[in-house]
Amino acid sequence: MDAARRKQLIMAVANTIISHADELTALDQAIGDGDHGVNMKRGFEAVLADADNLAAKPLPEMLKGLGTHLVMKVGGASGPLFGTLFLSLAKEIPADPTLDEVSRALGQAIEAVKARGKSAVGQKTMLDVLEPVRAELADADRHDLVARLERRAAAAARATAPMRAIRGRASYLGDRSIGHMDPGARSVWLIVAAICDALASPARHEEKA
Amino acid sequence: MIKGSAAHVGIVIVSHSSKVAEGAADMVRQMVGDSVPLAWTGGNPDGGLGTDVAGILAAIDAAWSPAGVAILVDLGGAETNSEMAVELLDETRRRKVAICNAPIVEGAVIAATEAAGGSPLDVVKRTAEELSPL
Repeated sequence: MDAARRKQLIMAVANTIISHADELTALDQAIGDGDHGVNMKRGFEAVLADADNLAAKPLPEMLKGLGTHLVMKVGGASGPLFGTLFLSLAKEIPADPTLDEVSRALGQAIEAVKARGKSAVGQKTMLDVLEPVRAELADADRHDLVARLERRAAAAARATAPMRAIRGRASYLGDRSIGHMDPGARSVWLIVAAICDALASPARHEEKA
Repeated sequence: MIKGSAAHVGIVIVSHSSKVAEGAADMVRQMVGDSVPLAWTGGNPDGGLGTDVAGILAAIDAAWSPAGVAILVDLGGAETNSEMAVELLDETRRRKVAICNAPIVEGAVIAATEAAGGSPLDVVKRTAEELSPL
């Protein structure tokens, strides 16, 4: 993966979060404190502003830089949670990973997110999309993998709607949290979809204005 | 950010609101006095409601004491961001910081009272946490 490709991935992820900030905020207003969209947007705007610098680094250092921006800029619990996801991926992933290495690194990162959030799969959180995506990545059958990942992420995020929140602000609502998609799960879905779309499209090089 | 005695455990107050954090710190100063290092931080990096890892790190630094620092937090993100900040400290400092599971205002006053008496960090933390419902 070259710098142009890394930049394409960074831009795709940052832009999708930024352009969905209102939707994420609306989801969070339903079951949380209504700051998820604006917080994630603040974090990914810092990522976007640093995209050239980040893309010039090898993959692990790029992920570390991205995670650090989220930790320092998001300003809510999603900062350490999404920051920890990228910081632990950075620690576990080689510079030019195979799919097996990506799925193993994601498994380690998921454990780190669980520890950070004192949470587990099935509690209506970002983990409920991360874990199915990891399982899909680990599948030995690689046929049509990118499209399958995207579908799996979408289905997993939607499946958080009927769940009852146990962790985070949504847990204060108890049964009233049922019926709304978890905003953190939606953010992971958006990130996975952006990565899949970018990987499915040919590498783009800097467009001159 | 007024410095107290270096022999006493320092107190850091982390709220989503800078007004709550500052107000809690004012109460500590009035009720406990100036013998304890004390710092507060509140608000996200843009100044809105939320918490800020860089602000928490700066507050830990400002209230630093060789005896350690006890952190009082309010809701969810304040705790998660405080844990993140503690993890970013170097190894020797990290072991001397404790996040207290206690109500922020009452916990800060009780923790500071205990710290002013010269108690070590684990006692300061435990005393603050005795206020907790669980």
